[in-house]
Parts: sequence; structure tokens; C-alpha cells
Amino acid sequence: MIGFLIRRILQAAIVVLLVTVIVFILLRAIPGNVAIAILGPSAYRNPATVAQFNAEYGFDKPWFDQYLLWLGHLLQGNLGFSWTLDQSVASLLGERLPKTIILVGFATILALIVAVPIGLWQAVRRNRAVDYTFTGLSFLFYAAPTFFVGTVLIYVFSVKLHWLGAEGPQGGVVNDLTDWRDLLLPVITLALVTIALFSRYMRSSVLDNITEDYVRTARAKGASGRRVLWRHVMRNSLIPIATLLGLSIPGIFAGALITESVFNYPGMGYLFYQSAQKQDYPVMLGFIVVVAIATVVGSLLADIAYAVLDPRVRYV
Amino acid sequence: MTATSPAAPGAPAPAAAPGALPASKPRGMFVRGLEVFLENKLAIAGTVLLVLIFAFCFIGPLVYHTDQIHVNLANENLAPGPGHPLGTDQNGYDILGRLMVGGQVSLEVGLAAAVLATVVGTLWGAVAGYFGGAVDAVMMRLVDALLAIPTLFLALVVVSMFPPTQTELIIVIALTSWLTTSRLIRGEALSLRVRDYVQAMRVMGGGSARAVFRHIAPNSIGTIIVNATFQVADAILLVVALSYLGLGIRPPQTDWGGMLNAGINSVYDGYWWQIFPAGIAIILVVVAINFIGDAMRDSFEVRLQQR
Repeated sequence: MIGFLIRRILQAAIVVLLVTVIVFILLRAIPGNVAIAILGPSAYRNPATVAQFNAEYGFDKPWFDQYLLWLGHLLQGNLGFSWTLDQSVASLLGERLPKTIILVGFATILALIVAVPIGLWQAVRRNRAVDYTFTGLSFLFYAAPTFFVGTVLIYVFSVKLHWLGAEGPQGGVVNDLTDWRDLLLPVITLALVTIALFSRYMRSSVLDNITEDYVRTARAKGASGRRVLWRHVMRNSLIPIATLLGLSIPGIFAGALITESVFNYPGMGYLFYQSAQKQDYPVMLGFIVVVAIATVVGSLLADIAYAVLDPRVRYV
Repeated sequence: MTATSPAAPGAPAPAAAPGALPASKPRGMFVRGLEVFLENKLAIAGTVLLVLIFAFCFIGPLVYHTDQIHVNLANENLAPGPGHPLGTDQNGYDILGRLMVGGQVSLEVGLAAAVLATVVGTLWGAVAGYFGGAVDAVMMRLVDALLAIPTLFLALVVVSMFPPTQTELIIVIALTSWLTTSRLIRGEALSLRVRDYVQAMRVMGGGSARAVFRHIAPNSIGTIIVNATFQVADAILLVVALSYLGLGIRPPQTDWGGMLNAGINSVYDGYWWQIFPAGIAIILVVVAINFIGDAMRDSFEVRLQQR
């Protein structure tokens, strides 16, 4: 187990290092002059600033030195400087990431609370009306683009019924809790798409488990059907869901990008979207590094969770 | 298996080995796969739906003529009614006609990007899996690293740097979505390369290129086709997402994502006809493709079981 952990962590570290290489290549691929692209068009009038930037980031040196220097900055937490918002990317991240974590966190919890019982119910009532209904719904929501789901929810709940706000809570994290009514629609939008995926996995996971020997043993020992289902089958069926949680981090972040853009929710994804429109490269590349690290850590945790939760899995 | 159903003409019919099962006539895997596919009602529904949508987008404009070039502000934001069955948008374009024209772009980009991504992914995975060792390690770590960056984020960075034409957009989407394919095919290649017939071909002097192109790739065809089907759905969803964010297809061209982007601005005015048609069209296409993909996976799995 320890050997597996060490190898797996090393592998993750290599992947993160490669991500930085890819981001660096993207940085160098920015059309035109990197200094102008990053400092902003006004830098044309100020050659001294350009020269200073190039010296600071080593863009007058060979490319490998440039990469090492840039990586050094990165390791010190210097992710670059946004020229449209006149703020360091690291401090932007400090402001925006908590908002995204709140949105993604609530949506994931909601998705789990809804998807796990649905999947269980579908498996128990396999090939009955309930199963077909939820299968149809999950196909529908899995196929629906997040921005369409969000738009329809706005149309129904804000424009027609006037129940909920069409715009996500602005300002800091505190506003998410005080303006919780505005947070509902973004959370539900992101959750609906996730529920579609999770309930499919839960259903097939329960179906796999329900035919296992331990279920028959428990029944033979006199445990009630209800107890076997909730105590034995459900706990074992949740193992693949734990893995899925770790692996769905990139998808959830992409969903958050769209959801935040639909609801003008000032999280990381919305900032990324605005930066893409304004061609604010440092913000985009800095955030890509962060999302990639989150993804790698997520799949690492998924592997570890799988080994810890299922005693039959033994890595050597 | 009944012997009554005749093998389709032109199907590859390998010579029956001596001592093979007498009753069942050896048939090509595609024929057997097709039989299983045709038994699946959802697959038929998906295929019919997809054909109808293609006809709607590509043949529809020949029958239903609309002006999708000149802005006509006199007709802006008309509700569905005579002359405009699905109403008009804020530029006065007829929505039904726009749905056809926009659909052409979404479908073309989705299909082309999926094909290109499948080719790249298959070759990458087959080469990595066939050679193994250090080549495999280097190639697959690169795939791991690219997979760590969510496709939407990577594609957004690239299209913001180089505003793409339709062809370039296809290339961008393909180059950001070949990764899962390459992983699957690598797995296949790892098991195929040690098979006897590949070894025999190598002993007879066949080169690595021949092994990859003539043996590894063709024998992974089931995995490739099933994966390519789902790739089409993913590529369509990615291109509409990029267009929705205003960085995909550039005006005056549009696609279903672009239509939704325009529509969300009028949703507060209650112009529901500007969001539902494009959104429902996207859902129908993706659901149809997923039905077909699921059925294809079943078809190819049955082929494996019967072997």
C-alpha cells in the first residue's frame, strides 16, 4: 500500500509538472509579443516597461531558462498579473475560488442526496415504470447543455413565476449565505446535470452488488430486505461513487464555468470566461494550472479512496 | 442463431475451418452486430431521429426559404405565428430557418471533429500500446497531463488566442478531445500486440507501421466505432458551449449554441421561442447519438461473447 501510494504520488507530480510545460508552451504561443499580451496594449508606448518585463521573466534568455524562471515564480505562488483587473492572479484566485467552491460544494452535496436514493430505487424496481422514468430523465439531463438547463430555470422560476432571482449572489462568500435565494438556481442547475451522471452509476453499482453472495448470506441469516438494502448493499454500492466524485472534478469545474457565466456568479469560472473574452492570458493560464492540480489531486484521492473503502482491492 | 437469415451480400465470409460449428454459417462481425443493433428499439428510434434531424438541417432550407443574411429589424422578436412558425429573433431572422442553418454548422463541426479526434486518438494509442516501454510511458504521461486540463478550459484558451474559422474550430475541438480515445486504444493495443498473428507477421518481416495500421487499428474497430459515436455527441456539446460563450462560431455564421447565446438576452422579456428550439434540438441530437452509441456497444459486446 505504501509503495503504491508513493508511486501514485510521484506519477501525479510528473503529470502536474507536464501540465506546467503545456501551459508554458501555450504562454509562448500567444500571438505576437508576450510582454505586450500580458502588460496590455498600452505597453507599446513604453519600451522600458517591456524591457523590464522581459528581463524579469527571462524572456530574453534561452527558452529552457525561461521555463525554469517561470516555474520558480509559479512555485512561489506568483501566477501572473491580470492587466484588465490590475490585480495579481493569486489574489484574484483568493477572492473567486471560495465562491466557486461554495457553488460546486452545495451542488455536489445536493446531487449526492438526490442521486443515491434514485439510483437505489431504480435498481430495486428494475425495468419497471419508475426505472424507465428516471432513466429517461437522466438521458435527458445528461444530453442537455448546462447553459440550456440554466436558461430554462431562469425563464420558469424568475421570469414567469418570480420566485427566485435570475442572477447569482454578487460580492464575497458571505453574500452567498445571506442571499441564499439567489444561490438556489445556480446550485440546482449544476446539480441537475450531475444527478443524471451519478444516478446512472449508482443504479448499475447497486445492480452489481445485489447479486453478490453476501446479500444472499445476509438474507439467509434472517436480515430483513430493508436492512440488507440500506446496510449492506448501499454501503458497498457507494464505493464506485466515491471514486466517481474524485474523477468528476474536471467535469464539475467545466459545468461551473458555464453555470457561473449564465448566472453572472462571480466565481472562478465566470472570471475565466471574462478573461477569455478580454484575452487576459495570465488569468486563464494561472487558473488552468490550479484546475489541473485539482483534477490530478482528485483522481489521486479517487484511487486512494477505492483502496481504502474496498478491502478486496490490494495494491502492491 | 437461426440459419434462415441470409448473410448480407459483400459481407466478409471467412472460409469455415474444418470442424467448425456445422449449423451456423460463419458471418462477418458487422452482420452479426447489425442484427443485435436492429433488435434494439431505442437504437432504431435514435437512428430515425438522427436521420430526420439531418434531413431537417440539410434538406429543409431547400424547401423552406428564409433570409438569414440581412438583418430585418421590422420583424424583430415576433412571436410564433403565420409566416414565422417559430417566431423571429432580435435581428428579425426567422427562427425555424435559423435552426436549420445553425444545425448544419453544429452537426458538421461535431461530426468532423469526432472523426479527426478518433483518427488522432487511435494512432496515438495504437503506437503507444504497440511499442510499450519508454515510448508508451512518455506518450501516455502527456495524455494524462492534457486530460488534467478540462477540455472546455483548454479549448477556450486556444480559441481566445486564435479566433477560429469553422475549419479551425474543428481542428481545435479535435485536438482537445482525442485523449480518452487514445487511452482506450492503448489498452487494446497492449493486449493485441502479443497475439500470435501479430507475432507471426513480425517474424515474417513485417514492420511496426504494418502492425499498427493493418493489425492493431483494424482489430480495435469495435472500440473505435463505439467511442467515435460518443465523441460526436461530446464534440457537438463542446462546440455549442464555445459558441454559447461567444468564442466558437463567429457572426454572421451561427450554430445552436450561438442561437442560445442570443436568446438568453431576451429571456427576461419572455421570448421563450428564442431559447427552446435550439436547446431542444441539441438535446434531441445528443440523446439520439447516445442511444445509437449504447446499442453499438451492445452489438460489439455480443460479437465478443459469440466468439
